[in-house]
Amino acid sequence: MTHPTVPLRLYLGIFAALILLTGLTVAVAFFDLGGGRLHLVNAAVAITIALAKALLVILYFMHVRYSSRLIWIFVGAGGFWLLILFVFTLADFLSRGWVPLPLPWNP
Amino acid sequence: MTDAAPEPRKHYLNCEYSVRSWLLTTDHKRIALLYLVSISAFFMLGGILAGLLRLELLTPQADLVQAETYNKLFTMHGITMIFFFLIPSIPAVLGNFLVPMMIGARDLAFPKINLLSWYVYTLGAGFTVVAMVTGGVDTGWTFYTPYSSTYANTNVILTALGVFITGFSSILTGLNFVVTIHKMRAPGLTWFRLPLFIWAHYATSLIMILGTPVIAITILLVALERGLGIGIFDPNLGGDPVLFQHLFWFYSHPAVYIMILPSMGVMSELVACFSRKRIFGYNFVAGSSMAIAILGFLVWGHHMFVSSQSMYAGIIFSLLSFLVAVPSAVKVFNWTATMYKGSIALRTPMLYAFGFVGLFTIGGLTGLFLATLATDVHVHGTYFVVAHFHYIMVGGAIMGYMGGLHFWWPKMTGRLYSDAWGRVAAVILFVGFNLTFLPQFVLGFLGMPRRYHVYPPEFQMLNVLSTAGATILGLGYLIPVLYLLWSLFKGQPAGDNPWGATGLEWQTPSPPPTFNFDKTPVVTEEAYAYDSSSEGHRG
Amino acid sequence: MAEHSSHVAHQFDDSTQQYEASTLGMWAFLLTEIMFFGGLFAGFFVYILGHAQAFAEGSRHLDIALGTVNTVVLLGSSLTMALAVRSAQQGHRNGQLLFLGLTVILGSVFLGIKGLEYAHKFAQHLVPGPGFRMEGPHAQSAQLFFSFYFAMTGVHALHMVVGIGLLAWLFVNAWRGKYTEAYFTPVEVSGLYWHFVDVVWIFLFPTLYLVARHG
Repeated sequence: MTHPTVPLRLYLGIFAALILLTGLTVAVAFFDLGGGRLHLVNAAVAITIALAKALLVILYFMHVRYSSRLIWIFVGAGGFWLLILFVFTLADFLSRGWVPLPLPWNP
Repeated sequence: MTDAAPEPRKHYLNCEYSVRSWLLTTDHKRIALLYLVSISAFFMLGGILAGLLRLELLTPQADLVQAETYNKLFTMHGITMIFFFLIPSIPAVLGNFLVPMMIGARDLAFPKINLLSWYVYTLGAGFTVVAMVTGGVDTGWTFYTPYSSTYANTNVILTALGVFITGFSSILTGLNFVVTIHKMRAPGLTWFRLPLFIWAHYATSLIMILGTPVIAITILLVALERGLGIGIFDPNLGGDPVLFQHLFWFYSHPAVYIMILPSMGVMSELVACFSRKRIFGYNFVAGSSMAIAILGFLVWGHHMFVSSQSMYAGIIFSLLSFLVAVPSAVKVFNWTATMYKGSIALRTPMLYAFGFVGLFTIGGLTGLFLATLATDVHVHGTYFVVAHFHYIMVGGAIMGYMGGLHFWWPKMTGRLYSDAWGRVAAVILFVGFNLTFLPQFVLGFLGMPRRYHVYPPEFQMLNVLSTAGATILGLGYLIPVLYLLWSLFKGQPAGDNPWGATGLEWQTPSPPPTFNFDKTPVVTEEAYAYDSSSEGHRG
Repeated sequence: MAEHSSHVAHQFDDSTQQYEASTLGMWAFLLTEIMFFGGLFAGFFVYILGHAQAFAEGSRHLDIALGTVNTVVLLGSSLTMALAVRSAQQGHRNGQLLFLGLTVILGSVFLGIKGLEYAHKFAQHLVPGPGFRMEGPHAQSAQLFFSFYFAMTGVHALHMVVGIGLLAWLFVNAWRGKYTEAYFTPVEVSGLYWHFVDVVWIFLFPTLYLVARHG
């Protein structure tokens, strides 16, 4: 009916990994890894580490690893819809000025 | 009434009569009726507001109300009609009643959450109306910043909070439907045997779940900005009003699909029954519901073509907006193909279905003018837009609601209404509707802006036609209230299946027993297994 | 028709259907939460594009030590929550009480530290509004950063309060021996909620605290 009990050692291992990743992300923040004005490389690293931590919590603490395909689809859909919101909104702000406005009608 | 001894059959209406049994019910059918009452009340309010607007617009000058009052009237009309009528209407009334029945379940997955959703809706909407009436709101239902967040002097915060609360009702309903449809289908009821009404409500529920929270947080931010004086959309602090528009329309565009998809679901049921044929292209209609739900999230920028949004984003949004029209068109073609060589019965629900197909098509096609960047620049903010969305919302969505109400009324109440009066009202509605909104296309194209209470005198003729139409339209809505209420007391008993329709809901008595089915049905057939006397044209 | 034991609600056929429906229902709700917080993140990302320096400065005014401690505390509470669900799944009453209790404590510690941070910001005049004061050329736009800081952490904190309330209710029920191997759905489902609130913080922390700690 439900999924089998997750072994205690696995939970503790995941927790240890989460703490390590937290330490890593804080440590890395103190170095300028480049990427221009927006420090894009730092940002990319921070987001990647956060994604890794989130995945650990989602897959193991939230039992998604042991859940049905339907649950996977739901979780995936959430991430995908979030992406739609971010990508399309940012696309506007990032692309201002890419395509010039048409010239005024000059008969 | 029955004669002599045997006790009347127990069903969901007469099993208990106390007020408490209604206000604390967890029966999805009773909750549907509770919604019917609230929604009808708010529809009447929205209609009265529309009447006031049209009354003012009879003359080019401002003679009925001042500008500020007019602004409050159209804001209230929009908020009431969109949030308190259209969005809940079919899902909360017909969906709540029928979803468990159509899939052979005893109730929805979460009956108490269903009741909660009604309370949240009624109290939230009531609260908002009080806020709007006591102070008024004049920002338009779109709450654009920085007017709404900084400069308006009206009851924006309370209205915004009211809409925020009411939105949870939508989320709870959507959640309930999604889980119910996934987990509680009767044995043998595979996805592709489901009635298309269920597919439509499933797609609608996805939109409710994924979109509503975004407007919730956006409204909350506006309220915070106003209330606490923190700047989020404030240009003085580097805030961007266009960000508000992005966040607002991310929900509010898919919201229009929340309003139309359930209606399309009703259409499939009506067209199949009154053509006595399977729906042509069932898989395509089901797939189109999902396509509309998904694509609908990718087009919101078409509301922002002239907002200073980047041209590049505008082009992408325009292209995607064309794309989202395709699944809607697929449905219209499939309903038409279903009717072709069908055995058409022109009963009241079918008249509404015909009305829907024609008017929705017009509304949809005019949407393409708005999706096209260049023409949108000309008609944005004019009555062309107003006419477009009223054709879809009133000519489409509400016709579907009326058709559905008339189709399932015998099941819900156990009574038949006068079909003659039904058809008269449907025709009056159709005539009144077109007279109201067709002139508005012309007005918009000629340049009359929306949300203005004054206009150049040369536009008066068309405005007078529109107002005359509105009066007839109002009559078209009033008449059904009368004969439907009359049917509750004097209508003929309906019997289990007065229309001879397919579907599990028609396998139970009218009105149904509290737990819907004495035994869980087992489904072995596809949906719409109508015996077709004409050969060929199998879907 | 199935024999309905006391914990299977009438609309469900059996325990399994109830469990699956409940977990799916909570995931559907969490989807709404993802989009709710998502709106805030979207706004933040848009603004940091145009106000990178101001946001960096604002971020540097946040206490990274307290933020890191809070992150560890919340991750710990996720561990204890997972262990509470595990205890419920195994029908261990004492385990449930211990781990639910620990989760409540850790959650409260998180809120306490957050409150401390808020008090600091108040004292430093960094709360957006008429009283906002910050040195440097980017003060105006930095106020935008702090608006998001308070909105995002505030909404998150509200979710934590609800979560703690939920856990307290679970604790009372666990005390009464309500959750066993046969029926522990409310614990599992509340666990999902709690972990989700943790996941939000996993993203909030770097977004707000680690914008530009270098140089």
